[in-house]
Order: sequence, then C-alpha cells, then structure tokens
Amino acid sequence: MPSNTTALAKDLAEQKYKYGFVTVLEQETAPAGVNEDTIRFISAKKNEPEWLLDWRLKAFRHWQTMTEPDWAKVHYPKIDYQSASYYSEPKQGKKPQTLDDVDPEILKTYAKLGIPLQEQEILAGVAERRVAVDAVFDSVSVATTYKKELESHGIIFCPMSEAVLNHADLVKKYLGSVVPITDNFFATLNSAVFTDGSFVYIPKGVRCPMELSTYFRINAENTGQFERTLIIADEGASVSYLEGCTAPKRDENQLHAAVVELIALDDAKIKYSTVQNWYPGDKDGKGGIYNFVTKRGACRGKRSKISWTQVETGSAITWKYPSCILQGDDSVGEFYSVAITNNAQQADTGTKMIHIGKNTRSTIVSKGISAGRAQNTYRGLVKILRTASGARNKTQCDSLLIGDKCGAHTVPYIESRQPKARIEHEATTSKVSEDQLFYCQQRGLSTEEAMALIVNGFCKEVLQELPMEFAVEAQKLVSISLEGSVG
Amino acid sequence: MLEIKNLHASISGKEILKGIDLLIPSGQVHAIMGPNGSGKSTLSYVLAGRAGYEVTEGSVTFNGKDLLKLNTEQRAATGVFLAMQYPVEIPGVTNMMFLKTALNAIRQSRGESELDAMQMLKLLRSKAKNIGLSEEMLKRAVNVGFSGGEKKRNEILQMAVLEPALCVLDETDSGLDIDALKIVADGVNALRSPDRSMLVITHYQRLLDYITPDAVHVLAHGKIQKSGGAELAHELEAKGYADFGDEAA
Repeated sequence: MPSNTTALAKDLAEQKYKYGFVTVLEQETAPAGVNEDTIRFISAKKNEPEWLLDWRLKAFRHWQTMTEPDWAKVHYPKIDYQSASYYSEPKQGKKPQTLDDVDPEILKTYAKLGIPLQEQEILAGVAERRVAVDAVFDSVSVATTYKKELESHGIIFCPMSEAVLNHADLVKKYLGSVVPITDNFFATLNSAVFTDGSFVYIPKGVRCPMELSTYFRINAENTGQFERTLIIADEGASVSYLEGCTAPKRDENQLHAAVVELIALDDAKIKYSTVQNWYPGDKDGKGGIYNFVTKRGACRGKRSKISWTQVETGSAITWKYPSCILQGDDSVGEFYSVAITNNAQQADTGTKMIHIGKNTRSTIVSKGISAGRAQNTYRGLVKILRTASGARNKTQCDSLLIGDKCGAHTVPYIESRQPKARIEHEATTSKVSEDQLFYCQQRGLSTEEAMALIVNGFCKEVLQELPMEFAVEAQKLVSISLEGSVG
Repeated sequence: MLEIKNLHASISGKEILKGIDLLIPSGQVHAIMGPNGSGKSTLSYVLAGRAGYEVTEGSVTFNGKDLLKLNTEQRAATGVFLAMQYPVEIPGVTNMMFLKTALNAIRQSRGESELDAMQMLKLLRSKAKNIGLSEEMLKRAVNVGFSGGEKKRNEILQMAVLEPALCVLDETDSGLDIDALKIVADGVNALRSPDRSMLVITHYQRLLDYITPDAVHVLAHGKIQKSGGAELAHELEAKGYADFGDEAA
C-alpha cells in the first residue's frame, strides 16, 4: 500500500540549509597538520604566557599516546589529523577595538546569519531583553558586545584569548579543572590546539542582567575549529548562556572539537543552552561537520545547579555528552536534549550525571528524532557514589522515527553504590503515524506543516527549557531540519 | 453540492466501493447507514483523499470542483471536513495550537488573512463554549487522555471552527452515551446551513433521532442499495440489514 510515511523515507529531498554560504575574505591560515610548531604558532598568535604553552604541549604529548575512541555508534572514514589546518583568522591588521574596525564582510556575515552585533540602546526606559554576543569566526573572536555594561556589574565576558592575558588567575585556577587535559582523545587534542571561545565570570551574588551568547562560525576551508569555553559562577551568582553555530556547505568534512567547562560554586546557577546547526552534509552524506565535543559542568558548591539544554539539528556526526558532576550537597543537574538526524546524519549523544554529594538530584529528558537513513543514539550514564545519600535521578528518553530506513538506539548505563538512591528510567520509541499525518492534513495542514507540528509537540518539554528569545527560532529550526524528510 | 458518480475504490487491490452514486445538494443532510464492512468508512476516506485508497473509476465533484484531482489538504481547503471515527492523539500539541494552525492554513489557502492570537483565542473560546467544552480542554494536548465523548466533541469543535462546506461524520455516534450523543447532534444541527452539505455515516438509527436527515441511503457490499427519506432509518432499526444480505446485523 503506498503510504505517506514510507514515501517520506523514499523521497528524501535535499535539506534546506540556509547558512551554507562562504564569506570571501583574506584569511591567514596555518599550514595543515598538527605538531609542536603548530602549537607554538597558535600560542604566539595569542601572545600567551609560558605556562599556557607548556600546558598545551603537555596535552599534545599526551594526545600522541592516545587512540581515537570507537565505542560510539557512529561510522566515518579514518580522520587524517595532519591534513587540515588548526588555525585560521581573517586578515585584519591590528585587533579591532570597536565594531567600526571589523571587516565589513564579517559584519555582513553576521547580519546574514541574524546575529545582532550592535548594542541596543534602552529606549524610553523600556528594558527590552538583550543578548550579549561573542562572535567567533574560525579561530578568533571578532567582536564581543555589551562588555562595558557587563563590567559595571563585575561580570567578565570576553574571548578566551583575552581572558588568558587579563584574568590569568581565574583562567589558571579553573582551566582544565573540569575536563582535565588527559580526559579523552578529542578534549586532549582541543587542550593542545584550542583557539577562541568565550570566558565568563559572574562574581558573588550577581545575577547576570542579560543573556550571554557565543556564535561560532566556521568559514575557512580545510580547517578545524577547536574552541574552548569556560564559565564560572561564583557563590550565589546566576547566568544563562547560549551558543549557536553554523558553517558553509562543503564537500569535505570539517572537524569541530570543542571543550566547554562550567563551574558553579555554592548556590550558583548556570543555564547553558545550545542550538547546534553545523552544516549536516548533503542528502547522500557528503560533507558536513564532525562535531566531537566535550562539555562538562561541575556543581562544586552546595545547592548549586547546572542545566544543559541542547537542540542538535546539524553536523554530519555528533558525539557529545554534556555532563554534570554533582559534588556539592543538594546540587542539581539537568539535561534537556533534542537531537534531530535526517538523511545520512549520525548522532551519539546523551549525558553523564555523577552524583557525589548528599541529596543531589538530576533530571534527564532526551528526545531523539530520526528521519531518512539517519542513526540516532542516546547514551547516558547515571552514576551514584556511596557518598551520595538521598540521591535521585529521573531519566526519560523518547525516540521518534520518521520512515522505515532510520534507527533510534537508547543505551543507558546506571551505576549505583548507594542503596537508598532513587533512580527512574523511562524510554519510549514511536513513529510518526500515518493516522497523525492524515489527521493534520485533513484539517488543512500540508505534510511539512503537519510534520513540524507533530515533531515540535514531541520536543515540547525540551524546547520550553530554552530562553524565550531562542525558543521560537529553535521551533523553526526543528521544522526546517526535517524539511525534505516528507514525501 | 456533492456529486458522486459510479465511484469505485480499492485498498491494496481489493475493491471495496463498487459503483456509488450519490447527490447531496447544498443545505441538505444525508445519512448513510449500513452493516459493518459495507464500505462506509472507505467512502469517507476516499472523499477526504487518504493515501492508500485508490479510486479506479468514477468521479467526485464538489461545488463544481473535481475532488479526486486534489490532495488531502487541498480538499480540506476546499471545505471538506471529516469527523473521524477514531480521532488521533497528537502529544505535546495543544488543542488551541492545533486549531490555530489548521484554521490559519485554511484561511491562507482561501486567500484570507491569518487571525492573530487574540482573535483566535476569542473565537475558540466562544466555539468551545457552544458545544460544552471547557477552556481547559483547549489547553490540553490534542485528544490525549480525552474520553471517547470528549474526543467526538472535539471533532465537532474543529468542525465548528473550520466552518467547512462539506461535513462528513464517520460514525461520530459510536461509543457515545445519550448525553454526549445529544451534544454532538446539537453541534451538527447548529452547523446546518443552506450553503453546507452534510453526510452522516452511522451504523445505528439512534443518532438520526436527533439529526433529522433529508435523505437516508443504505450502503452494503460497496453499493447504495436503497435510498429513502428519514423514515428509512426507522425501518432499518426494526428490520436490521438482513434484507441487504448481512446475516450478522
């Protein structure tokens, strides 16, 4: 019987990726490959102090002893780590001090991407919700907005390379304290060659008055992006941070291996949201970003809270497990995830919740959506140490399949050494049914509108965790990512 | 006006409808009654344009338009509405959101402007009130956790909001207690209008105690076997479908 959902899978059209353009400008790019000279080159580019160069070299030497992990349910040809460049920056003479100094081509790029780099005046006392942006273009930050205003609250929001020079004590104290340089193959590589990401410090008792965000753009050909982000919320501080990312359409794969570390001290709260929209490759799986990322937060303080929300729609391959180490008593970890894979995309994503302190609580809500020939895996660890009396976890993993050529996999690991811990795990797998599609179409919706509605309903619990400013965008992105999955 | 001529349709190569002729003028309510397996639901799906139902012969025109040339949502935009026997659940999508998306999609295809949030809310509240659905029902996910009666009333709500020109009700009475049946019938009667055609498909006569049809047709073995006025329903109630070769009824 010919039917809609089988037609969906059969009739895969090219995904619409509207961020696939290339900005033409002169860039200075390091020669391909990674060795100690590359690392010295990057470190010199950023005028780094000796200690950081040593730190990088230590990581690099360790990396050379490591092998690439192969336990994830993703398949790709062996990566030649010597074939791509590890550093690329737009040529712009001296570092721009204001937006006026930034290359107009770059400004145009961000305008096209819809990222505001102009600070808005507060008009007639109407306090609109504003978003501070750090714009990272290949290996460098090209602009950071609202820095001055944030400084007046004692908040530091700047590119990592600036933090290394201006806030060395904080960087030295916290860098690598959550994701040590020996952590894993990709994180160790990142430690050796990392370039710009954002640095955030929220001082004691300060509530960050606006959303902070970093927008990552890969533009240069044949380069990888290795950003490093570090966010510290001191006692009683709170911050909501969002990252977004896009890249041009290209036939070759590009590596993105980032590390993000979050530290929350007593009573601090960090909300970290990601809208990941790297180029996913074409419908046959040609090109696209390899998104191999290590993200981890440490709830060091009592009653601290770290909440991860991710909407993963892009990348050819996603390998990513934003995690929480719940060290402080009564600390809380949350992970809300929507991962959409279409065409030939592969995602192996989830979280780790490590309960150490007493009465620590964690919540995991994962929504995986698979269309085309895509494979989507949830992989999550809930680990409860003996010390974590009164620990609780609730996990919910839902998978939605569109068509009959894709796969959804759920791989939960639960390790508990605390007999009184309470751990709940729920998992469901469902298909977008013919009945649902027909019902919506009969009410006047096109197949694509119907699919968008059904899928957004499926993801609702996660999407509503996003900051308001981004929730609507994310809903649209969810719909666009599935365009072409519908016959 | 709905005009069905010599309609043949199959599912997976098996012929279910074997030459249906039916004419429903604007402003009229016709009932189709028949035993299980006679092709009643198939007819409703064929009219709505569901995938998998293949029309092999015949024609269906509605207000001069060839319905068979249109896909499901185009038919909906033309004014075809099917109140389903088994309304479908859509988790995470509120009734409000669903109705808003549907109405705006239909308005758009008619070349009308979309309603804004306030206009929509006002409209939905008043329509819900008319058929005895609480505002809370508008905030719940479409049909999720609804009782049988609530689901059917929700179908009538959708019908009232979308204001279709052709309403097809597929066994909307099944599984309803008498109170729910009355509410559904009131909803249908309220929508009777000179420029609307309605087709009520039912197994039992009791719905027709509340919705008086202009004509009743008996469907069996994929064909209209007999047509008559409202009194035909009572006759069937008394005698069953045995005359039409259905031993089970």
